[in-house]
Amino acid sequence: MTDDASKVTSMRDAIARFVHDGDTVVIEGFTHLICFAAGHEIIRQGRRDLTLARLTPDLIYDQMIAAGCARKLVFSWAGNPGVGSLHAFRRAIEGRATERRLEIEEYSHFGMVARFSAGAARLPFWPLRNYMGTDLAKANPRIKTVACPYTGEALATVPALNPGVTIVHAQRADAAGNTQMWGLVGVQKEAAFASERVIVVAEELVDEEVIRSDPNRTVIPSMIVSAVVVEPWGAHPSYAQGYYDRDNDFYVAWESISRDPSRLQRYLDEFVHGVPDRAAYLEKQPQVTRLKAKERFSAGVNYGF
Amino acid sequence: MMAAVAARELRDGEVVFVGIGLPNLACNLARRMHAPRLVLIYESGAVGAVPERLPVSIGDPALVTGSLMVCGMADVFQLFLQNGRIEVGFLGGAQVDRYGNINTTVIGSYDRPTVRLPGSGGAAEIAVHAHRTLIVAKLNPRGFPEQVDFITSPGQRSRGAARRELGMPGRGPVKVITDKAILEANGTTGEMTLAALYPGVSAEAVQAGVGWPLTRAPRLGAVAPPSAAELRLLRDVLDPKRLYLRG
Repeated sequence: MTDDASKVTSMRDAIARFVHDGDTVVIEGFTHLICFAAGHEIIRQGRRDLTLARLTPDLIYDQMIAAGCARKLVFSWAGNPGVGSLHAFRRAIEGRATERRLEIEEYSHFGMVARFSAGAARLPFWPLRNYMGTDLAKANPRIKTVACPYTGEALATVPALNPGVTIVHAQRADAAGNTQMWGLVGVQKEAAFASERVIVVAEELVDEEVIRSDPNRTVIPSMIVSAVVVEPWGAHPSYAQGYYDRDNDFYVAWESISRDPSRLQRYLDEFVHGVPDRAAYLEKQPQVTRLKAKERFSAGVNYGF
Repeated sequence: MMAAVAARELRDGEVVFVGIGLPNLACNLARRMHAPRLVLIYESGAVGAVPERLPVSIGDPALVTGSLMVCGMADVFQLFLQNGRIEVGFLGGAQVDRYGNINTTVIGSYDRPTVRLPGSGGAAEIAVHAHRTLIVAKLNPRGFPEQVDFITSPGQRSRGAARRELGMPGRGPVKVITDKAILEANGTTGEMTLAALYPGVSAEAVQAGVGWPLTRAPRLGAVAPPSAAELRLLRDVLDPKRLYLRG
């Protein structure tokens, strides 16, 4: 059903209405467009027992794990991209802990992408030619094999992933939730279509006319969107192509912040619990404006007929 | 030295799946030296990337600006990799074993790991599908055990079975580029054997960094040191801040 009514709301209301304790939550974005603003609001509202799914948990899930939001993590690469480790994640599962505090379900990137593709197509599983010779299927019994009914070839399968809620950050959206993004688009389209509910967080709110002027750039249509939140710089310290660069200094700093549990807690106290919203988070760090993107416009195309 | 040696393995016009760090340096060096038509594909979705700065992560915005195509990750893995379009894949890891199996998942047991590593990312499928893979890793006995603790990315033989029998389309790891020597997969046994030494390195020094008795090729090659042009590009143009050029 199409719904053209405005879905614009605050981050606080969107999380309160659409993210519940025990949900499977996906905040996607491959390095690019990772919605830290939504993750921080989930922490502030004290959600518990979440199953967090993402290809790369990144700093945002490390923070949510440290804050006690997660019961389980579903993932394919759990590092600090270009830097090193996610230490809250490591502390939760390495051997020296007296009991494992976090359940994990692990795939490769192709496996996670295939899970979202199955979920988006509302199929129970997705076949892929993969995992032979690896120990990944032994570590995760949900990776299985099936005999191709046409050729007899043994193919790996992964189960559909259908999140309760997927949160997608994008450069622009209209009030109904028609969403456009450019640069690396990761697996956001599949994750959104696989999800029961979708929250779109946009750098800019634009008129429907702007969306209609360039329809090939629309990745998520309004019909699958539950809420639209307008949150400039909402992806920081991740980035938004054409808006701001990645805060690599913060990614590097996370190595030492996350290594020390009390420092990590102080970070959360100051930059998450200690601020009411994203605007206040930004006011605390005016230096981020150094990351503002330079202009590199595309040539544009003729949609006439 | 490792970046220069890795770059020489790439042929002009090849389609390369690029990882971050040293492989990224190697690919961009090759592109500026002998392989201007090299097509760099990153798992983040950038195809034909021409990064103006050294990408800090595999999802760096500089990979997008000026690239030939940007696609979703479902397309990267299905339409490029599984489709058989990737000719060379670069892999690295905490452990590399006798048959080129790579571990980037855990040290110790999976359920109670001593050290939890990041996991596969796209490495498992690159190891299965790329026409050939090049492993880049520094020698040390803990990093080169006889058998890895966990096979994240399959090599020439996994737990006794050859990769052809297991149905893998790609040829697997053909070379391991280390900081002292090049190891090559034996065509019959699949074992990684000593093929060529860097200047001033003895075969014994290489053996000291490897946890299995290393077979030597009948005639050991000698790897030429980096040329002045290679060094200038690496140090002055590609990695002036020495992000990856350490040691």
